This record gives sequence, structure tokens and C-alpha cells, in this order.
Amino acid sequence: MGKLIIGFLVASAFLSVFTTFGIIVVLVRESIPFFSTIPLDEFLFGTKWFPLAAQPSFGVLPLVAGTAHIVIGSAFIGLPLGLGSAIYLSEYASPRMRSILKPFLELLAGIPTVVYGFFALTFVTPLLRNVFPSIQVFNSLSAAIVVGIMILPTVASLCEDALRAVPRQLRDGGYALGATKYEVTSSIVVPGALSGIMASFILAISRAIGETMAVTLAAGGTANLSFNMLDGVQTMTAFIVSVSLGDTPRGTIGYQTIFAVALLLFVITLGLNLLSNRILKRYRESYE
Amino acid sequence: MTPGPPTNSILMSTGNLARRRLAGRCFSFLVAGCAYCTIAILAVLIIQILGKGFPLLTWDFISSFPSRKAEDAGIKAALWGTFWLMSLTMAIATPVGIAAAIYLEEFARKGKLSTFIEVNISNLAGVPSIIYGILGLALFVRAFQLDRSLIAGALTMALLILPVVIISAREAIRSVPSSLREASFGLGATRWQTTWNVVLPSAFPGIMTGLILSTSRAIGETAPLIMIGALTYIAFTPRGPMDAYTAMPIQVYDWASRPQPEFQVNAAAGIVVLMAILLMLNGVAIWLRHRSSKKAH
Repeated sequence: MGKLIIGFLVASAFLSVFTTFGIIVVLVRESIPFFSTIPLDEFLFGTKWFPLAAQPSFGVLPLVAGTAHIVIGSAFIGLPLGLGSAIYLSEYASPRMRSILKPFLELLAGIPTVVYGFFALTFVTPLLRNVFPSIQVFNSLSAAIVVGIMILPTVASLCEDALRAVPRQLRDGGYALGATKYEVTSSIVVPGALSGIMASFILAISRAIGETMAVTLAAGGTANLSFNMLDGVQTMTAFIVSVSLGDTPRGTIGYQTIFAVALLLFVITLGLNLLSNRILKRYRESYE
Repeated sequence: MTPGPPTNSILMSTGNLARRRLAGRCFSFLVAGCAYCTIAILAVLIIQILGKGFPLLTWDFISSFPSRKAEDAGIKAALWGTFWLMSLTMAIATPVGIAAAIYLEEFARKGKLSTFIEVNISNLAGVPSIIYGILGLALFVRAFQLDRSLIAGALTMALLILPVVIISAREAIRSVPSSLREASFGLGATRWQTTWNVVLPSAFPGIMTGLILSTSRAIGETAPLIMIGALTYIAFTPRGPMDAYTAMPIQVYDWASRPQPEFQVNAAAGIVVLMAILLMLNGVAIWLRHRSSKKAH
């Protein structure tokens, strides 16, 4: 009996290892046929993405550029607002305000991404049209704004943890030297928590890269290498969804592209997550 | 780099106290503004969607199947689909997630292996959900030939939320004071008896909170379900785990992505129902946490 239970416990813990293994095996195995026809450098550095056209072209850069629109735009909104909220919650807010604000942040974090997509499509884009009359129905700006709102709670809660981990004595030292609260916050607390803040930023960016439904609904489905955020773009994730919803036959090279794109997406997000973990671990060690 | 106070910037900024105080006041307004922004955004979002979906929020909407005519289309199939999908997902993820957490917290020796598993779990929590959809497509839909069934969806969703379940269950187990364990060992209990009779009951509220929050995360997941082919026209409620299904976020996506403006109303009304369920789950989680933190004091 005891052995049976321990066996189940061990197997459950190892399931996560098998999941990672499964993801890697599936992505690599399914994209081998693709990369045996299309050279890796043509895929990574090509500037034309028409995988389903009669004369197909498989340069992934337009999709990467589309994802970059979302990442950069959402970073401009989500990172400063998230860090600002975190500073308020950890340094300025009374315990009562904290207990009111925290559930709101959790709620914001729990809203499904498809809801944000709908919100972008039916509220943010019409609102932006007042400012930019030339904006398209599908545009990367409104998608980036809602993705920024989406990553805000992640940044806020991770940054708050990092700020609160800065020992009290450091703050008191600043006050003893005659610094104001703002000076203590900006020159002692924030620099002291910098690695945790960086880790949260990287994690949020990785979230924004993997975001799927909001960008599929709001940013559109045309892969173009554009720098104009008022135009529609297609992200890597939106491309995967569009092929899987379409009627591309299985086994064709057009279908195999989703695995190649997914592999690229996985490699990028995994790299960022590992980096974020590494930074976070270093900062944990420094205060314990 | 060892973080310490970079004092020179403070020492240099002595003098002109009034100006420094003003800067401080501006800063405090700025960060407070950031924090209240979240409430404002949430309020605008909810008011907008409620306003759009309100005319359709009748019992007919909840009790009708999807239809080609926007005003007749309802959410019954999706509501039942989500209910089935979540029940199956949690039935799979709960025992496995808690077991993994117990193993890592109570049984595993701290070493390279357990560190490896830990790093692996935290990385899995950061994998985009659409990748899980591709895994589910290749593994459950094709290799296991489960096709577009509820069980294929539930297995995919279970893998997706397992990292979150494990991480939150571990936190709950870790917060059980070790004096309780030692008292149990002192009475001659084995490690498993201690875990089952002492640690788990004491960690129960924390584990429940984590499970409820994981469910509310999973209810809104759309991308993996689209990958495994849940976006189809379904005009019946599932009867068993092998049946085809649709789910609420999928139905919302389907309506929201249609060009006809009248379906936007359906999408908004569907979102209101979805958010009502989410709010309920979050409310229960907050209440549970509040109650258990009161007990601890």
C-alpha cells in the first residue's frame, strides 16, 4: 500500500518532465519535414510570408515583426503601469487600500484573453479612430493596448513581491540620512529590487509573445512587414490559429508550417522564461 | 552585484527641501494613479460589455442552442460543454497536482533531481497555452485517437493547468508549520500517515483556493481548444466524456469574429455569463482565503 502511494506521488511529479519532453518531441518531429524542404536560414531571415499561396514563400520575419508590434506596444503600457502600481501597493498604500486593490488586480489577471480581444475590437479601436482616422479595423495598436492591460497584473504582483523583499533596515538607513520618502523609494528600494523587477518584465514580455486570442481577434490576419501600428499584422500565434481553423489539408507543407512557427515560439518563450528564473534566483540568494 | 543603498545620489540632493517634498508628492500621485488605473480599466471593460450584451441577457439566451440567426442563438451547448470540460479537467488535474506537490514538499530529497523538476514546472507555467493545444492535438486527438471528444479537451486542459495547481498546492503545504509534523512523528506516525492526517487537513483551505483559481484560469482558455478542434457547430449537450462539445470562450470567439454586427451582441452577452461564473469562483476563493487567514490569527 505504502509503495503504491509513493509510486503515484513520484509518477505525478515526473509527469511534468514528460510534458516538457512531449512538447519538444512533438514540435521537433512535426517540423522535421518542413525544415527538410525549406532551409533554416530562408525560414528565419526571409521577409515574405505566403505559406498558403500558389507560389509559397516561407520567410517568418513578417510574423516576428507582428509579434514585435504587440510586445513593444504592450511593454509601453503594461510595464510602467505595473511597476507604478507595485510601488504604490508596497510603499504608499495603507493596508486597507491594499486589501481593496489586490482583489481588483487578481480579477484583471483572471479575465479571459478572448474577452480582451472583444474589448479591443469593439471599444479600443473605435476610440482610437477619433485620434487616428486612418486606423484599420484590425490594427496592432489596439491589440497591443489590451495585451498591455493583460500583462499589467503579472508585472504588478511580481514587482510588489520584489519591492517588499527589500529589507526594512535599508529604508531606515535612507531616512536616517535625511532622505524623503520619494528619495528612499527611488534610490534605495527600487534599485534594491531591480533584479526582481527585471525578472518580472522579462516574464511579462514572454506572456505577450505567447498571447493568442486577443491578437487573433484585434490585430487581424495579414502578415506584413510593417512599422505602422495602425495597420493590421499577423503574429506567430495568430498564424497558428488561422491555419488550424482553415481547411489546409494535413500533411501539406502549408500545414507543417504551424509546427515550425510553434517551435520558434516555444524556443523564444522558453529562453525568456529561463532568463527570468535565473535573474530571480540570484536576487533571492542575495537577501537570504 | 550585491544590492545595497547607492547613497551618493541621496547625499547630493540635500538642500531645497520644499522642492524635494514637491517631487515626492508628485511621485506619490503618479504611482497612486497607476494603481487606480486598474480599477478604472476594469470598470470601463465591465460597463462596456454589460451595456452591449444586456438586451440579449434573458433566460432564452441561456437555454437556447446556437443558431444562424443572431437573436435566436444561445449559449446552452457551450455552457454545458464548459461545465463538463471543467469537471473532467479538475478530476484529472486535482489528484495528480496535489500528489506532485506532496512528493516535492514532503518526500523528495533536496538535490539535483528535485531542483530539475522544480525548474521544469516553473518553465511549463510559462509555456504559451497554444503550444499545449498543439501537444494535445498530436498526442490526445491523433496518437490516442480520442478525436474531438471532451476527454481529449480535458486531458489537454489538465496538462495546461497542472503547473499552476502544483505551485499553489506546494505553497499551501509549505505554510503548514513543521511543529505539527514533528508532533505527529513524535507520536510514531509514518511520513505518509503524517502527510494524510496532519499536513493535508491543515493545508486544505490553501489547496482549495489554488484549485478554484486554476479552474477560473482554465474556464477562459480558448487557444488550446481551438487547436484541438473544439470550434464546431454543436446543437446538443454532451452526455459523456467521448461526446463532441463546444465551450463558452470558443462560442464567444466564434460570435466575436463574425463580420455581422448583430453577433457582437451575442458575444457580449456570452462574455457576461462567462464573467459572472469567473466572479463567483474568484469570490469563493477570496472568501476561503479570508476565512483561513482569520483562523490563523
